[in-house]
Amino acid sequence: MTDTTSTPLVQIREVTKRFGNVTAVDRVSLDFLRNELFAILGSSGCGKTTLLRLLAGFEQPTSGRILIDGVDATDVPPYDRPVNLMFQSYALFPHMTVAENVAYGLRKERVPAARIRERVAEMLAMVKLEPLAARKPDKLSGGEKQRVALARALVKRPKLLLLDEPLAALDKKLRQHTQFEIANLQYQLGTTFVVVTHDQGEAMTLASRIAVMADGRIAQVGTPGQVYEFPANRYVAGFVGNINLFEGRVTGVDGGRMSLRCEALGVELAVLSDEAIAPGSAACVAVRPEKITLSRQAPETKDRNLVKGTVWDLAYFGDQSLYRVRLKNGTELQVSAQNLRRSAKLTVEWDDEVYLSWEIASTILLLS
Amino acid sequence: MKRRSPMLMTIVAFGYALLYVPIVSVVIYSFNGSRLVTLWGGFSLRWYASLLADKDLLGAALLSLRIAIVSATFATALGAIVALALHRVNRLRGRLLLSGMITAPLVMPEIITGLSLLFLFISMADLIGWPASRGATTITIAHITFSMAYVVVVVRARLAAMDESLEEAAMDLGGRPVAVFFDITVPMLLPALVSGWLLSFTLSLDDLVISSFVSGPGATTLPMLIFAKVRLGVTPDINAITTIIIALVVIIVVAATIISGRRGPVAARPADAGGQ
Repeated sequence: MTDTTSTPLVQIREVTKRFGNVTAVDRVSLDFLRNELFAILGSSGCGKTTLLRLLAGFEQPTSGRILIDGVDATDVPPYDRPVNLMFQSYALFPHMTVAENVAYGLRKERVPAARIRERVAEMLAMVKLEPLAARKPDKLSGGEKQRVALARALVKRPKLLLLDEPLAALDKKLRQHTQFEIANLQYQLGTTFVVVTHDQGEAMTLASRIAVMADGRIAQVGTPGQVYEFPANRYVAGFVGNINLFEGRVTGVDGGRMSLRCEALGVELAVLSDEAIAPGSAACVAVRPEKITLSRQAPETKDRNLVKGTVWDLAYFGDQSLYRVRLKNGTELQVSAQNLRRSAKLTVEWDDEVYLSWEIASTILLLS
Repeated sequence: MKRRSPMLMTIVAFGYALLYVPIVSVVIYSFNGSRLVTLWGGFSLRWYASLLADKDLLGAALLSLRIAIVSATFATALGAIVALALHRVNRLRGRLLLSGMITAPLVMPEIITGLSLLFLFISMADLIGWPASRGATTITIAHITFSMAYVVVVVRARLAAMDESLEEAAMDLGGRPVAVFFDITVPMLLPALVSGWLLSFTLSLDDLVISSFVSGPGATTLPMLIFAKVRLGVTPDINAITTIIIALVVIIVVAATIISGRRGPVAARPADAGGQ
């Protein structure tokens, strides 16, 4: 289990990294707890790889400090850090066998040969690669390479394992399987894993906590649930999952409840929020497609927001359907619905007039 | 299937004949029993036998081999270091100019290279008293300078294809820079180093012009000796020695091509890509 009581394993303190006049990482502060699977999520060029290289020691921060297990590791070279990295390309040594690849880290530590053999066998058993110990990397499949890279990075029992896009090079089926393997391995070993990824689904399923990065800065840190259901700003809301986003203006504040006028929807929406906002200020309202209920009859409107539109497009996936509903003024909303009843005929079809409603509690208020 | 044009085939045949008829005739006549170079007198190995008795020739051959081995070794080491430096220091100002300058000797006329090296050795002897006389040492130095350029080209091509994360991975696993160099970089570059060495070796073995410029009394390489002999008239034993050199060069060039062209482990190929 994630240990939240003691000091964090890694403390990143106000780290900035500039290349010339490009700021790749901008005043990032972040903690990795002991025994957690953390994901750094962001689109390419957001600085996540630079942050990873700073943690591994391949780059030196322009300013700021990195503490690992309470010790300032900012100036410690990569070969002296209790950190290992699994490269996106896997970077297996092509002139060495699988066993030699895995043994490399221990050989550099001058571990006795007998102990190396023992430990390599142990690691290969863990990733189920014993039969391939004598193979060269170019005779391995993508999934096998990935497991060798994982075994090699874990053989020295690092305090922190960094994984750079660990699943990007695998095909879809293998990816799902490997996701579970990585999560299980992390649970068994109790090592802190930090996964860097551009794939929000990967981050959500793997990690216990996620940091969303944008433009070199941390946009939000939280559990997958927090990041998805309570995004901190427009960027996070749009990047993680699908969402309907509308600009609005606050018209009334009543305790924990707020009403906003959304021109794009042509209605007044209610939101629950404790934020102290003056009426008249601009804000953004958002709702996830699966939170919206679609009906042909007018629904109950108590504690619900309601709009009316026409089904413009629909995609049937079997388990669920995705609808695009267009309002009179042209605004489009995405709605997804589980197909709960067994029926070859859809209850809502193209060009149907529909009511869209969602709970006030499911409405997200975004101020930045 | 496309029909082969007879015209085209004739041109190709003519081209190859132009290249290979002289060489083949030298090889054939090296087995000529007759003393006359132009008259076939039956198969014989007598000229090969007479080579073994020729002290001057054997001495020159040994000297050439010694120079070729020493200069190829130094040229490979220096060339590899230069290639690494040019590859690594990618923020070095004027890298383009530097890399252009390193390959300039490839196209420099040999006369100019030879002449400028001769001037260098003479003025060095005047200024610092070394090299006191010209001979095997100066030839070796001259060969190192021009062979090095070839090694740089070969090694840089290999470096460009190498996955840099390999070295980072080794460092991440606890390899200090020197260990990483010998554990990862050198094995990765090995095919390029071997073919660079073989290339330097043949270049040195073949060289006549530059050697003639920087040589001194008493240091006669094999090409120099052959050239001197031919000026007094072609004797059949020249055909024999030439055939041996051709065989040697062919073997080495083929070996170098195989080694450098082998689908070697250049990069950790990214795994079979799924979708991105």
